[in-house]
Amino acid sequence: MSRVQLSKKSKGRFGAFGGRYVPETLVNALDELEAAYEEALYDKTFQEELAELLQRYCGRPTPLYFAERLTEKLGGARIYLKREDLNHTGAHKINNALAQGLLAKRMGKREIIAETGAGQHGVATATVAARLGLSCKVFMGEKDMERQKLNVFRMELLGAEVVPVTSGTRTLKDATSEAIRFWVGNVDTTFYIIGTVTGPHPYPQMVRDFQRVIGDETKMQMLEQERRLPDYIVACVGGGSNAMGIFYPFLEDNDVSLIGVEAAGQGLETKKHAATLTKGSRGVLHGTMTYLLQDEFGQIIEPHSISAGLDYPGVGPEHAYLRETGRAEYRAITDEEALAALRLLCREEGIIPALESAHAIAEAVKLAPTLAKDQVIVVCLSGRGDKDVTQIYEREGRKC
Amino acid sequence: MMNVKTGAERIIAAFSAGKQAFIPFITAGYPTPNITVELALALQEAGAALLELGVPYSDPLADGPTIQRASAQALSYGVTIRRALELAADMRARGLRIPVVLFTYINPVLQYGEERVFKEMEAAGVDGLLIPDLPPEEAENIERLAEEFNRPLIFMVAPTSEQRVAMIATRAKGFLYCVSSLGVTGVRSALDPGLTRFLARVRQYASVPVAVGFGISTAEQASLVASYSDGFIVGSALLEKIKEAEPLLLNPETKEEGFCIIKRFVKQLQSRV
Repeated sequence: MSRVQLSKKSKGRFGAFGGRYVPETLVNALDELEAAYEEALYDKTFQEELAELLQRYCGRPTPLYFAERLTEKLGGARIYLKREDLNHTGAHKINNALAQGLLAKRMGKREIIAETGAGQHGVATATVAARLGLSCKVFMGEKDMERQKLNVFRMELLGAEVVPVTSGTRTLKDATSEAIRFWVGNVDTTFYIIGTVTGPHPYPQMVRDFQRVIGDETKMQMLEQERRLPDYIVACVGGGSNAMGIFYPFLEDNDVSLIGVEAAGQGLETKKHAATLTKGSRGVLHGTMTYLLQDEFGQIIEPHSISAGLDYPGVGPEHAYLRETGRAEYRAITDEEALAALRLLCREEGIIPALESAHAIAEAVKLAPTLAKDQVIVVCLSGRGDKDVTQIYEREGRKC
Repeated sequence: MMNVKTGAERIIAAFSAGKQAFIPFITAGYPTPNITVELALALQEAGAALLELGVPYSDPLADGPTIQRASAQALSYGVTIRRALELAADMRARGLRIPVVLFTYINPVLQYGEERVFKEMEAAGVDGLLIPDLPPEEAENIERLAEEFNRPLIFMVAPTSEQRVAMIATRAKGFLYCVSSLGVTGVRSALDPGLTRFLARVRQYASVPVAVGFGISTAEQASLVASYSDGFIVGSALLEKIKEAEPLLLNPETKEEGFCIIKRFVKQLQSRV
């Protein structure tokens, strides 16, 4: 069920986007990674080991759940939730971390590095490193370490070393830069597990292929449960890995509308947002040509979102391409709208979504009442919200 | 006469003084925009053959902590690619004769406009361009403009380039920048032992001068690579010396003393080549 397939697209480019903008020191390592990855895709042993772990260790397939009370409350389209929050470690991040960890092992690399913002990808990577017996360093901005103390401790419990990043804005963008710098210096022995569909080729394609299991399962489950494909698929987009994973198997099903949801933060009219595709422009960040939040001189602008996982000034290049071709549409949800959607899902369905996923829920809340009752929306519920409970408590106190 | 030559010719000529060329890297706008201009002149006086002028960037992927800090300080003065090019023009107006290579990440070039960068390089008297996050595979457009404007795009080659060495070295114009060890820019106590083997291979293919950079901080290290290269680049070690002299440089009464410290350091760096 979770078999990964090689994309049909050519190497490294999605239209004008993607590519490989990295120091020369890394180019050969990326060539090696690309070769190893393509080989692994056709290797039965690798595929079986991955499928086995995804099933028995991570708990796949995750359910496609009909949100009956939410549907009734909104009074429009039928809403299904793809429950990635029920994965081991609480989010879709483990799908990719596990696959890349197996690839690292296959390539004979014993040391894993990763970047993390809120800590979800860091926790997933630390988990995988422990499970596969590899050493693990996670680069995390100092500011994020303060905001996400528990996740830092979690990673340490799992045996990883959390490296504080003090450069720049001390957040995800700088953690990524620092991980790349470390990789440049240790490329012979180190495997860099990037957590989202960005970075130099082959990462955007590889991470998407390791996340497409979300969409493959959704398609099969939808056909089983509704005997048809959904009308809409809605997923949040920071770097965009859960969205790319659920969108990808539906790209050629033109009757299925794909909606990516970015963080509008305190509002698109303010400077405090992370709506890269909605408000950004073309440029290169972390090795790939994509959309960015930047000024006229190409300096990167610090983004803002209540959700650390969406708080990134770039986005996966394939999303930039899907936006440009019109195959997917990108909308933006504010901090307040996401919080309201989080509360709604708690009350109506007994599910605490991650703040990231709450953005996708909020979009569905707007969309569903405008549709007919026989239409279907699938929302990718990418992660659970336990990690965010302290933050919400500190922000709003007990008011519910 | 200098202006009738192409940028590549001017750069190549800078290596032909019979000794290993010393190439300092400074960050435009560090420690302040005005002092950068005077620093360039001081470095020329102290024997620099060519100047690498860095454009400050918010996300310098190939740079270690020293250059990151210098970039952040320069950015706080609003020095971006436009101002860096203006500073280069100021350097020329105040008597800088050695070739200047602009070192910038790709994103500022894309936002400012690739052609506009070359036009303003021409106007400012900048001879070449080096983009550390633009491997040859992504460089087609910039290479075409480099050709058109006679200002070469300088390529880098690294110990991990392996089978790519021949492709990069034969495509090189102006000079070829050899990264001496793995990692980002920054001071190191030792150089990679396989370095001489790597440099010998590079020279086998390169038809332009070969300069070594990343991690060179002492005259001893410079002399180690001397017989295998035509020049050496010093960035982080120099910026650290500038930082040390910064309080003196910022005070008009002690400024000359500050420049003396830097010139002494730079002369010492060249003492064994």
